[in-house]
Amino acid sequence: MKTNIKTRLIVIAAVLVVCVIGIIGIPQGVSGSALKQSLLNRIHLGLDLKGGMHLILQVKVEEAIGAQTDTDVAAMQSDLQKNGIVGAVVTKPDPNRTDFIQISGVPANHTNDVRSILESSYSARFDIAPGVGNTWTLTMKPTVESEAKQRALDQAIEVITSRTNTLGVSEPIIEPYQLGSYQILVELPGVDDLGRVKDVIQSTARLEAHEVIGGPWPDKQTAMQSVGGYLPPDAELLQSVPGASSSGSTGEWYELRKIPIWGGTDIRDAQPGHNPNTNEPEVDFYLTNAAGDKFAAWTGANVGKDMAIVLDNRVQEVAVIKGQIRDQGNISGGGITEQRVKDLSMLLRTGALPASIEIMQETTVGPSLGADSIHQGVVASIVGMLTVMAFMLFYYRGAGINADLALFLNLVILLGFMGYTGATLTLPGIAGVILTIGMGVDSNVLIFERIREELRAGKSPAASVDQGFAHAWTTIIDTHVTTIVSAAILFLFGTGPVKGFAVTLTFGLLANLFTAVFVSRTIFDSNLSRKLHGEPISI
Amino acid sequence: MELFHDPKIDWLGKKWYFLGFSLIFSVAGLLSIFFWHGLPLDVDFRGGTVVRVKFAQKPDADRIRSAIDKAGLKDARIQQPYGPADNNEVLITLSRSATTESAIDQGRATVVSTLTQNYTAGAQNQGKLDLDTVSRSALTSWLEQNDPEHLGNTTDAETRYQSQANDVLHYRDDEHSGIIESVGDLSGVVDPAVLTAFQQNSWLSGFSVRSVEIVGAQVGKVLQHQAELATLYSLAGMLVYLWFRFELIYGVAAVVACFHDTIITIGAFSLSNQEISLTVIAAILTLIGYSMNDTIVVFDRIRENLRLSRREPLAVLVNRSINQTLSRTVLTSGLTFLTVLSLFLFGGEVLRGFSFALVVGILIGTYSSIAVAAPMLVAYQDWRSSKGRAATLPAAKKARV
Repeated sequence: MKTNIKTRLIVIAAVLVVCVIGIIGIPQGVSGSALKQSLLNRIHLGLDLKGGMHLILQVKVEEAIGAQTDTDVAAMQSDLQKNGIVGAVVTKPDPNRTDFIQISGVPANHTNDVRSILESSYSARFDIAPGVGNTWTLTMKPTVESEAKQRALDQAIEVITSRTNTLGVSEPIIEPYQLGSYQILVELPGVDDLGRVKDVIQSTARLEAHEVIGGPWPDKQTAMQSVGGYLPPDAELLQSVPGASSSGSTGEWYELRKIPIWGGTDIRDAQPGHNPNTNEPEVDFYLTNAAGDKFAAWTGANVGKDMAIVLDNRVQEVAVIKGQIRDQGNISGGGITEQRVKDLSMLLRTGALPASIEIMQETTVGPSLGADSIHQGVVASIVGMLTVMAFMLFYYRGAGINADLALFLNLVILLGFMGYTGATLTLPGIAGVILTIGMGVDSNVLIFERIREELRAGKSPAASVDQGFAHAWTTIIDTHVTTIVSAAILFLFGTGPVKGFAVTLTFGLLANLFTAVFVSRTIFDSNLSRKLHGEPISI
Repeated sequence: MELFHDPKIDWLGKKWYFLGFSLIFSVAGLLSIFFWHGLPLDVDFRGGTVVRVKFAQKPDADRIRSAIDKAGLKDARIQQPYGPADNNEVLITLSRSATTESAIDQGRATVVSTLTQNYTAGAQNQGKLDLDTVSRSALTSWLEQNDPEHLGNTTDAETRYQSQANDVLHYRDDEHSGIIESVGDLSGVVDPAVLTAFQQNSWLSGFSVRSVEIVGAQVGKVLQHQAELATLYSLAGMLVYLWFRFELIYGVAAVVACFHDTIITIGAFSLSNQEISLTVIAAILTLIGYSMNDTIVVFDRIRENLRLSRREPLAVLVNRSINQTLSRTVLTSGLTFLTVLSLFLFGGEVLRGFSFALVVGILIGTYSSIAVAAPMLVAYQDWRSSKGRAATLPAAKKARV
């Protein structure tokens, strides 16, 4: 019996040491601040304790599909023209259906030619069907569409990741959220400059060059009137930023050809620089070779026309084409600042977002609130724990010491679990620790009450302890299982802070199964082994 | 020391009092939900914008409201004070209409800019550094650009300014909840040259945004749906587990008791007009698990006694079972209640709803194990015997360890 107890005590001591190491690692020193630092290194704090930003973003994947089909429409039009089919018009008739293209006005004697052209180049990605009155419709295949949407999501995640890296956020989390919804979860701990972060993440930074068909007009109504109240399908109306065409101009509207000359991924590099004449800050950007060739051909053929540089659907600059431009350009004017030039160059370099991003949910906790929350949580825990410990000592006397030791060990094991698994501690998580204290001591109460009952019935102390533990065991298992099942459901359905609560509650209850039964029993047994047979225990 | 020396209370005899008590509270809660305060939902479920702001001085709710009205946000709700009055904090809630999906951050940005302009001296201090709201990176670059200590553009200068910026923010955020009372207070924190630069070129807006929560309507609905599913699964899971460990009637009685607890707890929220958030739902689900515990303790004892003596009238046996377990029921609930009370009193406003749910729930949960679940068992048996079927309650399957 004695060696049995000794082995058990060694096991308990070993568990204690292992868990302490889990909590503070191998401490660098023994001073208060060194220990605190080691503790903070091991225990991950959630956003609600550390301060930071939590965002759920929706990627508007239909825009990516729309951009793809826009390119297809242009390609189809030029294909048909190259093959001598005049009069055919390729459009996207429904603005809400970005995956649907219609070809109308096909001359009757060219139907077979059109069919063979379409099938040779586009049947892999589109379902082609003839329509009424010499029209053809092409609908993007569902598998192709969902692949494209998934690619847009993945690309958006990559771009946002590289942008947040340049912001210097430590341990950011950027991952897909809720399968099938094309949403992104972004968690940025320690961020306190919200405006800049949101700008950096949300800016699509889509830079494009468009042919100017008409304008400038002072407002949208005038613009619509001038084009005869109806906008042709291949044109769009965009507003400019103040100062775009000349200093003093304020937000005019232009009619631009919808399909850009180059845009998005055609940009190879972008650097902040200065205008050689005025020394104002500007962004110098460079196109890829392929885009450069296209651009040179187009500008060469269109000298004297106007061209607009469009950034994020706002006309940034309007200039007259004076000669062939190959692969270099700049964005300047409009009172652009140094900081904006730096940010913009970075945005262009890290790549354009394939589609625009909408914020669905945002939770920001300032660093001061995080610190206060930790403080309040710790105070509540300590008060709760001391109250419970005092009561147990008072009500159960000697056995109360037993319960208090088990309770203390329970906490250490719980924190050790958190340290080893890298689980995140949130504010509800601290509440979970407090709840564990309350529930943990319940197991001890169950056992002690049963022991008292057996003692009252006249059994010997050793037998009472034995019976007490045996009978209480089933009830303890039952109560722990029901609460752990509740916690599991919370973990499955809950968001970050609630998950933290479920985790600490579960760890605490599991630890309690060990301490309330094994540790408590060992202490009782070692106590009993030192007494004479029949000598009463303090309970 | 013992609280209950062999109690012999006739619990089942008091069952009409219990029923009356339960009815009063459930009906009061339900009436409040349907006709008075309604079901107050937090921004998690409702959608909208909530901004928590701390002020250096006691905030004037009317001035705040007029500042926000000026910015065009018409139906803002201002809860003042939020938390203890000497915290000088205010909770500003903007309804969902100010939180359109396409400009979800507009409401918050507007609140901050209008407070700066119209509530504090922001208009006169355009362009100056605001020490109360400046971020770490902005403060560091301000110091580097203005170079008050004339260190030039060296890496040594960078490190020095970075560490001083960190010290200022540590002073402001970790020690003073986000507000600096006066620039002079920083005299021990930064070098004298930096302090002079602050005194000449910075100002204190006197307010600091402590937290922001913005939820679009769509996300709110999804979260609501998740919460409902979780509650349903919890109750169903409990029913199945108890059916497995005891018999179906025990499971049904326990689930009815839990349902009763949930209704009264949610009613309490409605009566006291507190908002139900995600963490409150988490607390309620935890309660369901916890209330099961109490009920199981009583049921375990009933089952044990049934096996020992099948001749006793059921009501007497159940009374005895409850009396036998009274000590441990009251003690376990009492101890858990003490810890949760500590959380309610000391845990801060963020957890206020959560701890309130637990406080109410633990009291009601203990009560329902004795006053709802046990009488239901007896009532079920009475009903069965009145139909002429077997007059004893099934003792349930043998306990599996």
